[in-house]
Amino acid sequence: MKVGVVTFPGSLDDVDAQRAVVIGGHEAVALWHGDHDLKGVDAVVLPGGFSYGDYLRCGAISRFSPVMTEVIEAAGKGMPVLGICNGFQILCESHLLPGALIRNDHRKFVCRDQKLRIENNRTPWTSAYAEGDEVTIVLKNGEGGFVADEATLDRLEGEGQVVARYLGGNPNGSLRDIAGITNERGNVVGLMPHPEHAVEDLTGAGTQGLGFFTSLAAHAFA
Amino acid sequence: MPKPEILDPQGKAVHGALPRLGFTGVTDVRQGKRFELEFTGEVTAEVLAEVEKMAETLLSNPVIENYAVRVEQ
Repeated sequence: MKVGVVTFPGSLDDVDAQRAVVIGGHEAVALWHGDHDLKGVDAVVLPGGFSYGDYLRCGAISRFSPVMTEVIEAAGKGMPVLGICNGFQILCESHLLPGALIRNDHRKFVCRDQKLRIENNRTPWTSAYAEGDEVTIVLKNGEGGFVADEATLDRLEGEGQVVARYLGGNPNGSLRDIAGITNERGNVVGLMPHPEHAVEDLTGAGTQGLGFFTSLAAHAFA
Repeated sequence: MPKPEILDPQGKAVHGALPRLGFTGVTDVRQGKRFELEFTGEVTAEVLAEVEKMAETLLSNPVIENYAVRVEQ
């Protein structure tokens, strides 16, 4: 598959995401925030970083960049979209996902290997995992606290839209230990930890993040 | 301003710093943002409606923040 990775001014993990896409067996296509088309990609990754310097709110300005108009339209038609960290924040600001991400409750940047439980393997980004799988991938964020009102949280839980949950202690104050969610349709996934940093034995926290990228292939041929 | 039910870590940090400087009696601190938008000419009802739209779409995130618009001459 052709997987687009968007670079915004201030993106940090776009090249790592492209690399993970390739290791996952796909072609990576670089997209720029000013692009007005998605260059025929089959899926899009919004990478981590500090797009637009996190000015105003994390993701608030990126959400109105030209490429996001295209991403929002494609997501509405069912294209798989994965937002990692800052990408998750952009997806929430875009209202493609419910809730919001606020400063960590302990007010410090957190950077550690984080254990997660995969709660939903019915998305194009998680189908390579079994439900209940426990994986360790990198977590690094300053504003990773997932919040939403009680009714929204209940709906996310009830509809199986919680994709991943933190294990071994809540690292950032996210309500109900939520690390990642999906939309109602299941094609858009936001994840605070970074699977793209856990795809090779040589670096990072192992290879348990690779499933997020190999899942797409299984999805394509399903 | 962050909605009352939303945790405000920055406000908490400020609240924690006040007693260290000898300022006591503050029971809570919430930190928000203020934007000053300038226009030439009169601020008509249409202009105000536009500003409300700006506040709702970009300046604030209604999921976690409330906003108020005020006109100053």
